This record gives sequence, C-alpha cells and structure tokens, in this order.
Amino acid sequence: MWDWEYAFSIMPQLLEALQITIIATILGFLLACILGLLLAFARRSKFKPLSLVTGGVVEFVRSTPLLAQLYFIFYVLPQCGITLSPLSAGVIGLGLHYSTYLSEVYRAGIDAVPRGQWEAATALNLSRTRTWVSIILPQAIPPVVPVMGNYFIGMFKDTPLLSAITLVEVLQAAKIIGSRTFQYIEPITIVGLMFLVLSYVSSLGIRRLEARLNRW
Amino acid sequence: MNSKGVVVIEAAQLNQYADISAVEDKPIIRYQKVSKSFGDLKVLRDIDLDIAPGEVVAVIGSSGSGKTTLARMLMTLEQPTSGVIMVDGEPLWHKEVNGELVPADEKHIRRVRSKIGMVFQQFNLFPHMTILRNVTEAPIHVLGISRAEAKEKAIAMLNKVGLGNKLDVFPAQLSGGQQQRVAIARALVMRPKVMLCDEVTSALDPELVGEVLEVLKEIAAEGETTMLLITHEMGFARDVADRIIFIDKGRIVEQGPPRAILGNPRNPRTCEFLSRFRQQWISKN
Repeated sequence: MWDWEYAFSIMPQLLEALQITIIATILGFLLACILGLLLAFARRSKFKPLSLVTGGVVEFVRSTPLLAQLYFIFYVLPQCGITLSPLSAGVIGLGLHYSTYLSEVYRAGIDAVPRGQWEAATALNLSRTRTWVSIILPQAIPPVVPVMGNYFIGMFKDTPLLSAITLVEVLQAAKIIGSRTFQYIEPITIVGLMFLVLSYVSSLGIRRLEARLNRW
Repeated sequence: MNSKGVVVIEAAQLNQYADISAVEDKPIIRYQKVSKSFGDLKVLRDIDLDIAPGEVVAVIGSSGSGKTTLARMLMTLEQPTSGVIMVDGEPLWHKEVNGELVPADEKHIRRVRSKIGMVFQQFNLFPHMTILRNVTEAPIHVLGISRAEAKEKAIAMLNKVGLGNKLDVFPAQLSGGQQQRVAIARALVMRPKVMLCDEVTSALDPELVGEVLEVLKEIAAEGETTMLLITHEMGFARDVADRIIFIDKGRIVEQGPPRAILGNPRNPRTCEFLSRFRQQWISKN
C-alpha cells in the first residue's frame, strides 16, 4: 500500500513547496509581531478616537474568518487597483489576522509590568520612547513569549488556507501530486509528518528562547 | 489655634523655624495652595510649604494622611487638583504664557522634573538590568553622557553606598537593603537638586533598615541636596531633619525643628500621633 519509491520521488517537489509554507509563516509572523505591537500602542493611546477605532478594528478582524480576509485581499483589492501576488496577499492576510491576536498578548504583557517601573522611569526623567524600549517592553515581552510561540505554530498550521488564493504551499502541492497519480496516501502523510516535525522543532525553540529570556 | 483645633502657622512664625540661611535663599520648592482629590476623597487641602535649598525636611503623619501624595505630586506622579508647585522658581505643572499659568506640556515638565529625584518604598529597580545598568541607564539616555563616563560615575556612586562589588548582579540577587541602596545611587547619579524619599525603609526587614538610613544620613550631612523624607522612622527624622512637618487629614498641622515637634508638640493631634507611635515603639522593642 505504501510505496517507498514513490514517496522518495515526490520529496523534492514537496520540499520545494514547504519552503513557500515556511517563508509565508515567517514573513507573516514578523508582520504580525510588528503590526500587533503598533495595535497595542494605538489601543493604549490617550487619544480616545484612536484607541476606540483600534479596538473596533481588532474586534472586527478577530471575528471574521481568515479565509474571508484572504479572499478580500486577493480578489477584492485588485478592483481597487491593488493587485498582489498570492504570496504577498497571503503574508499580509496572515500578518493582519494574527496581529490582532498578538496585540492582545502584548497588552496583557504590558499590563503586567508593575506601575512602580513606570514611576521609576518617570523619576529618572527617561523619555517616553526610552521607557518603552529599555524598561517596559523588555519586561512585558519575555513572559508572553510562550503565548506568542503558540500563535506562531497556529499560523504555521493555517498556511494551507493560502491555497485558496492560488498559492501552492506544501499541502496544495501534495494534493496536486495526488490528483496526478491518484496516490494520495504518500504525499498527504508526508506533509502531515512535515507539519508535525516543524511544529515540534518550533516549540522546542520557543522553550529555549523562553529560558534564555527569563534568566533574571 | 483656629476653631477646628488646627495650629495655624503664619508665614512669620514659619520663618522662625527655618534656619537663617534658608530664609535668605529663594525656596527651591514652593507649594502654593496645593490640593489633591481622588474622586470625592480630598487627600491634601490647601498646602502651603516652602523648602529652602539644602534643607532636609521630614514629613510624618499616619497612613492616609496625604504625606506620600505630597511627594508624588512633586515627582509628577500625581497631578495636583488645584494650586501651583514651584521648583527653583519655575512652576512644575504649569507654564507661564502672557503672564498666565496654563497647563505645561511634556517638554516643560521634563525640564523642570530633571531637578528632582526619588527613592521609592518598593525600590522599583529595573529587574531585567544589572545593578550597573540600573545606575547608568538614565545618565546615558537622559543626560547624554558617554557610556564610559556614565560607568565611571555609576561605580563611584555605587562605591559610596557600599555596593561597588555588585556591578554585574541582578536586583533579585540582592537583599532589600542592598536594593534600596542601589535605588539611592540610581537617583543620586542624576545629581538632582531635590531628593524625595518615600518611606524608603518601610518594605525592609528591621535589621536592614540601618544600612539604608546610614546612607541617607551621609547624603543629608553633605548638605548639597535638598531632601524631602516621608518617614515613619522618628529617630531618623530627629537625627537628620532640619524641620519636621506633621500632616494630618491632608493638612500641615504643625511644623518646626525636630526637638520642638518630637519633644514638645503643641498640637493635640501631633501629641496623639506621637504618643501612639511611642507606645508601638515600646511594645515592639
């Protein structure tokens, strides 16, 4: 039933498609990290309209399916003159969607920094930017690294959705191979194992990162 | 004494208490009719207070009397509800525009605030930074001095508080008393004209109180820094303060030299507070 020769023969194709999956995940996650932090800042802004609008956007993005957002970016935006490649659209979609979750994670981390830290920064007359960069974020982020790591793995496992906007990521590649040969078991199983191995390696990496960051 | 039994202290009377040099100098700190409310709760009412350069003022009073708020407003951690605080002749929370006082912007507040430093009850050291970096962070990024120079100054200051051998450890590895001494060094390295100490020994184990008070005594004895000490340590207040202020229910009810306030208080509330304090002290020891 399991054909080893066939399995090995499709490996190069699958590994190539896996690269797309990994690129989409890493770029999407970087975008989500940056955008999420900006959203967290905007949400905390003393300028009420900004904080309220941000809250609304976050709620909206979190409450609608990622697939719908991907369709919108890939199929609707071109009508407004913005045409994106499947990979760019996918990275933006994943980044935007996950940034709303990460903004909440950042918020929890920031809220957990004791008030005395802000007060000490004020007493030393540190600027607002310096207070964030040197005092608050270095204390807010390490404790939430495990949660961020979970979202990273979650995003990785969401990448097959990008096949809906014509991106040939690894699962789509497996399906194409299967439909060509009518032998689905090898490609789909291999892709499943690839996800398992990479997710596991990622979680180990996150645990190491966590240990490193919490050395004080 | 007015109808409420509060000793009303006239300006002339106040001057008798302050030492001669202090009267001649312009006050470095001046509270003018400063009030603070949290919602309906009036914490401080119409505080008028002058502090002369180099003066060491201890503020005593029961918890909830508003004494901590007095210091926190000066550090800009709380905004006064009304009134004006002057630092070295300039309003702290306000800016003069065409002869009128308007709320100040961040830039103005930062400039005036640079003259003030503070040590907190809970130390508030930065837990993710080494002791050395705790002390060099502000000189590098606020005063803009070079890393090498900041390090040199920080080491000198840490030596002064007896912790020159702990440069590379993290705050969590130090005792409370050591952490508080680092916090003092961190504040002093910025060369503030005024140092605020908010119950700096209240969070310490009794055997660690002495080392922190010793450091503060030394700084007070140097006479360069004006100090506002919010404290429960009566012995310490007696030893280092030029003037003791007793605050009760948001008002300054009595002030004067330590000997007068602690030895011969005139206001009934001060008497009551001090006798309660003595009883606790006797029962503790």
